[in-house]
Amino acid sequence: MIKLTGISKYYEVMGGRRAVLDNINLSISPGEHVGVLGRNGAGKSTLVRIIGGAEQPSSGQVERGMTVSWPLAFTGGFQPSLTGADNLRFICRIYNVDYAPRIAFVQDFSELGPYLYEPVGIYSSGMRARLAFAISMTIDFDCYLIDEVIAVGDESFRQKCRVELFEKRADKAMIVVSHSHRYLKGTCSRFLLLRNSKVEEYTDFDEAYMQYKMMLEGLDVAAPAPAAQ
Amino acid sequence: MVSESIASEWQKLSRSWRVQRRVIGALLLREIITRYGRNNIGFLWLFVEPMLFTLAITALWTATRSVHGSDIPIVAFALTGYSSVLVWRNMPNRCLNALKPNVALLFHRQVKIVDVYISRVMIECVAASTSFVVLGILFWSIDWLKPPEDALQVLGGWILLIWFGAAFGIFMGALSEAYDLVEKLWPPMSYLIFPMSGAAFIADALPERVRDIVLYLPMLNGIEFLREGYFGSKMHAHYDIPYLLLCNIGLTLMAFGQVRQVGVPVSDE
Repeated sequence: MIKLTGISKYYEVMGGRRAVLDNINLSISPGEHVGVLGRNGAGKSTLVRIIGGAEQPSSGQVERGMTVSWPLAFTGGFQPSLTGADNLRFICRIYNVDYAPRIAFVQDFSELGPYLYEPVGIYSSGMRARLAFAISMTIDFDCYLIDEVIAVGDESFRQKCRVELFEKRADKAMIVVSHSHRYLKGTCSRFLLLRNSKVEEYTDFDEAYMQYKMMLEGLDVAAPAPAAQ
Repeated sequence: MVSESIASEWQKLSRSWRVQRRVIGALLLREIITRYGRNNIGFLWLFVEPMLFTLAITALWTATRSVHGSDIPIVAFALTGYSSVLVWRNMPNRCLNALKPNVALLFHRQVKIVDVYISRVMIECVAASTSFVVLGILFWSIDWLKPPEDALQVLGGWILLIWFGAAFGIFMGALSEAYDLVEKLWPPMSYLIFPMSGAAFIADALPERVRDIVLYLPMLNGIEFLREGYFGSKMHAHYDIPYLLLCNIGLTLMAFGQVRQVGVPVSDE
């Protein structure tokens, strides 16, 4: 169980504070698949980072009763002079797990071959994405935070990711941020729409998506929040 | 009941400590490989780089005899002087903008901002200390240098300098995340402080009024103390250790306070 109580997050911007999240209450049970919708800058990634513990909320509490992954989003963020294997080694060290079985898995899954021992700086963006995803699958979590990660790579790679994440780990909890309509509909059973720093809950995808579409077209009753980006 | 809760608090604390040690260890290795790579002598550059600097300065000063005192051993003077510069200058250098290349790591909950700073400062500490000790032994083995008169005092002075450099470096690093100006102002500032820091003079050679002013620089107190330990019979040292301690404690508190203010830089990588 993950429990968010009274979570607010403010950022300092020119001319004062802007609330990205305002008094959010939320709980996620083991095995639940939650989709997160919202326009750019609505706070989707911020919410995911707060759940993952990478960012501290301005106020409120996060209780993590299960292990939570880091946000599986970053396709960049690798130190260019380090090799793919170095990056895996770092992850293994900070999560205190064995390196040997995991390098074999990354080797196999990422299909990077000898490039795994070359600096990440020379990788193509597709290669980086493969490395990032493979590394994030080496640590077992009860809950995975997925921030638009599957939008990368070619079709066969995306298929592999789907199998790895949604078939082999179907019993794990997941929080999925995506703009992809089909993607959310197929994988999630509960939907959060971020609007005006608040979370709206839907159990029916079509309802959530209709609201989302209306919001994008400016048809929602409330005034649209200014975009942060 | 009470003892139970204390025990569980203690367990939590020791667990956090283990995690932090692991993270700092991983960051250390990562930093070293990132900085020096695996080519030619690799991580040995960590020590060789500061050693070359110190060696160059020592050679230069030996050649020009630019000592304002009288019978001060020039090699010991240069070695202690430049080694201490490495401490208070390189630690802030390495901490400025230290977060940017490490933002992606902060996605991992157990990696805290302060860990990034601690690992960088530790690397500088090891680099400067190794350079100091290795050059000291080297110069001694070729008879350029006498061993310290009071090794314990040298060690004490060195620790005080390292403490100062670390606290100052972390403070400046965290400050640079809040104000871009810090990054712009530090290089000219360090350039200005360098001639006043005692690297190239002993305080006794200064007129009294000037001396009283420059002794407000904490590092000068540290290096005077250290030099007294090295060749105290040849010089008259001026320092105020309680003052240096006070500066160190104050800076340490300010550093951790400032680190707490640093938010994770928002960037979607």
